[in-house]
Amino acid sequence: MTQTNPFDDVPGTTLFDAQRSRQGYHLNMFCMSLMKPENRALFKQDEAAYLQQWPMTQRQREAVLKRDWNRMIELGGNIYFLAKIFSTDGLSFQDVAAVMTGCTPEQYARMMLNGGRPIEGNRSNSEHKNRG
Amino acid sequence: MAKIVASVNCSHVPAIGAAWDLGKTDTPYWAPVFKGFDFSKKWIADLRPDVIILVYNDHASAFSVELIPTFALGCAGEFKPADEGWGPRPVPVVQGHPVLAAHIAQSVILDEFDLTIVNKMDVDHGLTVPLTLMFGQPKEWPCKIIPLAVNVVQYPPPTGNRCYNLGKAIKKAVDSFPEDLRVVIFGTGGMSHQLQGQRAGLINAAFDERLLDNLSKNPQEVAGIPFIEYFREAGSEGIEMVMWLIARGALETAVREVYRFYHVPASNTALGHLILENDSFSRT
Repeated sequence: MTQTNPFDDVPGTTLFDAQRSRQGYHLNMFCMSLMKPENRALFKQDEAAYLQQWPMTQRQREAVLKRDWNRMIELGGNIYFLAKIFSTDGLSFQDVAAVMTGCTPEQYARMMLNGGRPIEGNRSNSEHKNRG
Repeated sequence: MAKIVASVNCSHVPAIGAAWDLGKTDTPYWAPVFKGFDFSKKWIADLRPDVIILVYNDHASAFSVELIPTFALGCAGEFKPADEGWGPRPVPVVQGHPVLAAHIAQSVILDEFDLTIVNKMDVDHGLTVPLTLMFGQPKEWPCKIIPLAVNVVQYPPPTGNRCYNLGKAIKKAVDSFPEDLRVVIFGTGGMSHQLQGQRAGLINAAFDERLLDNLSKNPQEVAGIPFIEYFREAGSEGIEMVMWLIARGALETAVREVYRFYHVPASNTALGHLILENDSFSRT
C-alpha cells in the first residue's frame, strides 16, 4: 500500500482486498453464523457473550455492539457479511446506508428518489473537498 | 444441438425480492420496477428456454471468507434458496442441469478457464431475484437453471475481459452439446451502486447508459473497462457489471437489442435491464 494507490483516493469507499479480508476474518465469520435461526436467537439473547465465542479483536466486538458499521468496515468487515447482522436486527441495506452516511432514513430515501448521490464531486478526495 | 440464443441482463437488488415476497409490487415505489419487466415476462414465456445459465454473484451466502472461488459452476441437480439472515426466500428450489453443466465445466476447463465445480450450494438473492423479475412466482421455475457464481466481493474480481472471454468459451461448450436445447444466459447485478461507507447511494446514470449502449455494439470496449473505473465511477458494488460481459461473450458478435429498462432507485441501486438476441436467431 503506497500513497499512490488509486483506491485510497476514492472518498468514503473502502476496498475489501485480501489484507482486509484477513483482518476481518473472524468478524466476517461471526456474521456468517447468523445465517442459522438458532444462532440469531442466541445472539439476540446476549450479544456480548455470543461475540466472546469468536476470536475477533475487542475493537471489532465493540463496533458490533454499537452497530458502528463504518468502524466494522474499517476493521475488516465486508458489507455483505455485515448484512447478516442488520438482517438479524430487521434492517435493510437502505436503512444501514442511511446510518453509514450520517443521514436520517428520510433524507437518504429522498436522495435516492432524486437520482442518488451524484458522481460529480465524489470521484476523488480532491474533487470531494472542492465540491460546492 | 444446444444453442444459446439470447441474453438477459438485470440487477438483482435484494429489496426487489423482499418487495415481491411481502406483496408490495403495487406500491408507488415498486410498481414502476415490476412494470419494467412486463415485456420481459412475455418475451421469455414466448421463448420457452429449456435451460438458463445464470451468472450472478454470491453475497456471503454459499461462500464465506473461508472459500472464495473466482468462477464457480453449479453442477448439482438442485439448489435451495439460502437463508441470508431473515429466513430463505419463499421461492421454488432451483432445478439444475447436471449433464449440461458437467459438459460446460469440462469444455471450459480444457479451454484453460479453471473454474470451480460445485455440487452443493444454496443460492441467494443474486440468483433468485432475476428469476422473480422474469417469471413472477410459479410453483416451479419453468426451466432448468445452471448457476455460475462469480467472485465480485473480495478484490480482485476477474477482469471484464476475462469474463467476456469466459462467455465465449461457454458458447463454444454449449454449441458442442449434442442434445437439442434452447439456452438463454443471464448476466446479473449492477448497475451503478454503492452499499458501504460515506459514499453509499452513489448513482452514475451516464456510466450506466454508456455501458447499456456499448454492450450490444462495442462489447470489446466494455470488456476493457478496468476495475478502478467501476470502483470510482459506478460505486464499489458497480463491479458486478463484469458479469454482464460473460452473458455478452456467450452470444454471437451480431446481436439485436430487444428491450431495455433503466430505473433509479431500487433501494440503493440503479436498476438496469437489457435483453439481447443473436441476429441469426429466428423463432420460426
